[in-house]
Amino acid sequence: MEITLNHYLAVAAVLFAIGLMGVVMRRNLLIIYMSLEMMLQAANLTFVAFSRFNGYLDGQVFVFFVITVAAAEVAVGLALIVALYRLKRTTTTQDLTTLKF
Amino acid sequence: MNALFFWLFSGGMIVCALAVILNRNAVASALCFTFSIVFMAGLFVMLSAFFLAAVQILVTAGAVMVLFLFIIMLLDLTAMEHVPRQKIWMGFTLLLALGFLLIVAKVLAATPLGFMTENSLPASYTTELEPTKAPVAKSAAQGVTQAQWDELDDTHRIGRLLFATDTSDGKTSYVAPFEITSLLILVATIGVIVLCKQDDRPRPSKREIITREAPPIEPEKETALKH
Repeated sequence: MEITLNHYLAVAAVLFAIGLMGVVMRRNLLIIYMSLEMMLQAANLTFVAFSRFNGYLDGQVFVFFVITVAAAEVAVGLALIVALYRLKRTTTTQDLTTLKF
Repeated sequence: MNALFFWLFSGGMIVCALAVILNRNAVASALCFTFSIVFMAGLFVMLSAFFLAAVQILVTAGAVMVLFLFIIMLLDLTAMEHVPRQKIWMGFTLLLALGFLLIVAKVLAATPLGFMTENSLPASYTTELEPTKAPVAKSAAQGVTQAQWDELDDTHRIGRLLFATDTSDGKTSYVAPFEITSLLILVATIGVIVLCKQDDRPRPSKREIITREAPPIEPEKETALKH
């Protein structure tokens, strides 16, 4: 069976859907953050697949930037989670209702 | 052979991704995510993105996941493992994901370009699909001829594309975004330090805590410890 572009896109979509499920379903901030990362990775996979099948390398350069920005984002996000934990002693979304109307 | 590896990598990746969101233990989740990243690096290799596969393992599976594991172990999350699951909410989430997948499946089925295989690719990796765009001009902007460009490996090509300064023929240059990224990382670093800095209230130093809680050390013992 020949692997087409659609196969890669479908796998990336499934990965994105799993990440979406994780973000909506889980209540642990760290797992939610991991699921967000997973969605970014799914986008990366589509970039690389399109880059390969279209013959342009620009997609790979984009993924390079996405990985860099994601790494910086993870550092800031985890610092926020640590600061939140210091303040509230919890990382459950249910306990973080300060902004709730 | 290619198909076998594709199913191996993608299947492993999706199973690991499911394990990330279904595991109660956060450390196990992080490890599953690392495996998922490694499998995705395998998919990158299959798409001949060797440089990105290496970067993926080094940066995401290495640095980012180590950071995650540090934080998981720093915070006490054991109490959260016994929070009961909400079955109705899980079902709703599953419906949401299935709806998303349905939309994607519809789009993929309607796109003729998606049925392109590796064999139907143009001979040269960087040659355009449309012959109207001259591929030689594209590589000439990178400072090499088409023949040299075909000889280059993946990392060299990305480097040429990233640092191309000749944009006379409308080619995009990535030098400015690259430099801006360094600024972003600097801002992120400073931001992390500011966020994690302890407040300015005077806190008892480690020395004071030790002397307050433990019996004072005899002077001769203290000098022995110092040496």
